[in-house]
Amino acid sequence: MATVSLEVNGRAVTAEVDPRTLLVDLLRKQLRLTGTHVGCDTSQCGACVVHVDGRSVKSCTMLAVQAEGARVTTIEGLAPDGRLHPVQAAFRECHGLQCGYCTPGMIMTAVALLQEHPEPTEAQVREHLEGNICRCTGYQNIVRAILSAAQELRALPKAS
Amino acid sequence: MYEFEYVRPQTVATAVEQGGAGQYLAGGMTLLPTLKLRLAQPGRLVDLNALPELQGIRVDGNVVRIGAMTRHADVARSAELRRAAPVLAELAGGIGDPHVRNRGTIGGSVANNDPAADYPAAVLGLGATVVTSAREIAGDDFFTGMFSTALAAGELIRRIDFPVPKRAAYAKFPNPASRYAMAGVLVAETAGGIRVAVTGAGPCVFRVPEFEAALTRRFAPEALDGLEIPSDGLNQDLHGSPEYRAALVTVMAQRAVAHAAARG
Ligand SMILES: Cc1cc2nc3c(=O)[nH]c(=O)nc-3n(C[C@H](O)[C@H](O)[C@H](O)COP(=O)(O)OP(=O)(O)OC[C@H]3O[C@@H](n4cnc5c(N)ncnc54)[C@H](O)[C@@H]3O)c2cc1C
Ligand code: FES
Ligand code: FES
Repeated sequence: MATVSLEVNGRAVTAEVDPRTLLVDLLRKQLRLTGTHVGCDTSQCGACVVHVDGRSVKSCTMLAVQAEGARVTTIEGLAPDGRLHPVQAAFRECHGLQCGYCTPGMIMTAVALLQEHPEPTEAQVREHLEGNICRCTGYQNIVRAILSAAQELRALPKAS
Repeated sequence: MYEFEYVRPQTVATAVEQGGAGQYLAGGMTLLPTLKLRLAQPGRLVDLNALPELQGIRVDGNVVRIGAMTRHADVARSAELRRAAPVLAELAGGIGDPHVRNRGTIGGSVANNDPAADYPAAVLGLGATVVTSAREIAGDDFFTGMFSTALAAGELIRRIDFPVPKRAAYAKFPNPASRYAMAGVLVAETAGGIRVAVTGAGPCVFRVPEFEAALTRRFAPEALDGLEIPSDGLNQDLHGSPEYRAALVTVMAQRAVAHAAARG
């Protein structure tokens, strides 16, 4: 067993893990943060996307021990006080989900995109979703939700 | 996954010491899926992620040096590279998807030598040098076959040195599902002449002397009209036949030439 210490959604966490434990399993099974989903477990679908030190990663393809000292944000961390993040609100508003299985990964991916490119074109949004698979929506409303959230976020006063 | 010991060395010297009896873990984008499928059973994983000296991009006059642990995303967004050797930024930006690019590294990609990986085309096509813990290996000698390289057991890639080309471009026809190359062609005008390297089409990246000769006579897409590589030995899978891939190679080469020529 190994000990790993990291920050998850702003909270310091220390856990005992087998070195084989995937980051997603630490989050879901040990920390009970089940908002992050496992769709494929083969690095294809993006349902497991979380942010590690501000970058989107597939948490099924990273060992928990590799997150030592890292800052991890999951979908739960987007709405700490129960108020939806603008990207979450836009997904609801634009009907950007049906079964919802892909949604946490889609939203974490969208948040990372908008942090880097606050004004993406539709083509950039679609390209950025290359690693996220949705079996329900046909992507149309997901793209609409992200473009609408982008507008919403640009209108917000800058957080310092 | 089978059980393994996990170590995260803090110096390159320790990593190389520990690597002899283990396997290096870089971005994990290839290695972790392989371990999940139990296709490999390393006793020890030597994580290279705590070694800042393996990371980063440096432009030194006519050479671009990229540390082995530099992520695809950092190569893709490097302003320095976009000026000195835009072909590299462009190639890295087309690998997989944003999450793969945030973890995957140039060293891992080159060491792995997947027949459909993009970076091998850059190493061979630009005539790069692979700098390891033990020696310097010329790009022309590095890739020895499907998933195999000139690296000895435990040999660590430290960085890759790319001579800045006069002009170069990369064009790939991505597999629509995986984004790996069905055929990817890098065309470069270098100090040593024109080089054309093809990935995705065969079991291992290769050069095309006929295309190089034609482009030396005239650096224009039309110079390749009517030329096609033999389809013998090219990859055959559910995505395409060897004949289809041979045709793709000419088309991708012409696109790369057009793009490189437009760069002046
Ligand atoms: C969904 C998906 C899509 C992808 N699409 C593409 C694509 O379109 N094009 C493409 O080119 N690739 C693609 N890849 C592969 C990706 O680029 C990987 O990042 C790359 O092949 C391996 O790099 P890594 O850093 O993840 O290495 P790892 O998986 O950590 O390691 C790979 C191998 O290299 C060895 N190794 C790693 N670093 C070193 C070093 N410094 N010295 C010696 N040996 C080392 C390891 O021991 C291991 O054997 C894709 C991967 C995924 C999961
Ligand atoms: S569960 Fe991680 S990519 Fe599908
Ligand atoms: S909403 Fe069902 S998979 Fe996307």
